[in-house]
Amino acid sequence: MTIVETPVAASVTVTRLLAAGPHAGLAAHLAAFGAFDPTRVGPALVRELERSGLTGRGGAGFPAWRKQAATVDAAGRTRRPVLIANGAQGEPASSKDSVLLRNAPQLVLDGVLAAAAAIGAHRVYLYAGADELAAVATAIDERTAAGAAGAKDAARITLVEAADTFVSGEASAVVGAIERGTPLPRDHAKRLSTSGLNGRPTLLHNVETLAQVGLIARFGADWFRSVGTPEDPGTRLVTISGDVPATRVLEVAGGSRLGDVLQQAGCDLGATQAVLVGGYHGAWVGAGEMDARLSREGLAPFGASPGAGILVALSSRRCGLAATAQIVDYLAGQSAGQCGPCMFGLPAMAATWDDIANGAADATRRARLTRLAEAVDGRGACAHPDGTVRLSRSALRVFRADLEQHAHGRCHHARRAEARA
Amino acid sequence: MSPAEPTRDTALLHIDWTRCDGRGLCAELLAEILDRDEWGYPIARPGVLRDGDDPSDIPVHPSLRAAAEQAVAMCPLAALRLTTR
Ligand code: SF4
Ligand code: SF4
Repeated sequence: MTIVETPVAASVTVTRLLAAGPHAGLAAHLAAFGAFDPTRVGPALVRELERSGLTGRGGAGFPAWRKQAATVDAAGRTRRPVLIANGAQGEPASSKDSVLLRNAPQLVLDGVLAAAAAIGAHRVYLYAGADELAAVATAIDERTAAGAAGAKDAARITLVEAADTFVSGEASAVVGAIERGTPLPRDHAKRLSTSGLNGRPTLLHNVETLAQVGLIARFGADWFRSVGTPEDPGTRLVTISGDVPATRVLEVAGGSRLGDVLQQAGCDLGATQAVLVGGYHGAWVGAGEMDARLSREGLAPFGASPGAGILVALSSRRCGLAATAQIVDYLAGQSAGQCGPCMFGLPAMAATWDDIANGAADATRRARLTRLAEAVDGRGACAHPDGTVRLSRSALRVFRADLEQHAHGRCHHARRAEARA
Repeated sequence: MSPAEPTRDTALLHIDWTRCDGRGLCAELLAEILDRDEWGYPIARPGVLRDGDDPSDIPVHPSLRAAAEQAVAMCPLAALRLTTR
């Protein structure tokens, strides 16, 4: 897979996170952003984050300040919290955290160190793939060699290599990986902010969220809000893949129009029938809905959310039902096999989707999908079943016309593609 | 019976899916609110959950509190616990 990383100038793209350029070292980082000592950030950061309106960039989109405040509350005076920077890329359709860690590791470090200082972290961990960790390790060494601000604290960050499975980036799985070397989600009766790593209050942020924290700590909330919309301020990294000339990671203004972002990535909207928004746990949005804003509010009517900023374009020449069946099959294979409804329900959904894609889209099978969705939704230790249900339900909505065709044993996409071949 | 009018301190029966093996003892003890899904795992009976409720946290009417405590104690895999909202 080729990933084009160079940002292009246009209305929807804004260069902030990647402003120091490709594979930015310390000198380029300081030249782009100016000097800054992240270890001098105090508890006031949480108020600044609240004013900024920054939401998590890992998928759930939770206000960053609230997580931080909850962790500090739970920690009280006696139990110092831990901070985990999550850069795991279990989602195959997302490359943005990898692009960020490999190109702007110093900015991520700024954010990690600022957040750690703000909550008075006892220990700090950074969890990511091997290549990304290497970039971070180089950045830490560079800080140490230069005696730069935060070098001592940076050297104390524990780097932990992430597993390569879909659920390995789920918050409680990250805790499991660091604690016991097993990246499996665990029961969610207790919040991580109350009892996370080794029972300590734990603040877990996605690495892009932390890079944004690094910018807000430097330039303030007003600066952050000066791009984007009031509901979705700032920028977000987006990975655009699927039926586009090349997979791209772009930094776009919050609340950008979905169609504009796709076009910016070279996507031919006229030849696109739908886009999967939010990744494999996301939802399909149809070609007629490209005016939707890439924000929580803008995507809510479609049952979608920006998630980790993932867009997968589907060309009109391909069958959305077949594409969905493929993803559901992949997701079923990625069930961690710990929770019954997920372990049995997802393969059952995959089998039904396979039948539908292969032309057996009769009412019985569609009813079966509806029943299975009810039987797995919300019934696991992590949101893997819920995400699979979201995808499945959105496919039934967006590809309704295709379902009718398949119910009669026809797939007009396959026919069209054949005719062109 | 009709489900509890939920209040802030309605007891919730939390199911730890990573422990439960779906043999269904709890569904026998709490047949008023629990059924078994097609694989045997406990599932709230229709009407027990309201919109937005977490299907892993099943509201327990005060009249069923004792039965719920018994289910918690008897679950062979310690997969159940009583919590509040
Ligand atoms: S819900 Fe599925 S993926 Fe998540 S922990 Fe349970 S079995 Fe694993
Ligand atoms: S008794 Fe325990 S293990 Fe058995 S079905 Fe109920 S929760 Fe699961």
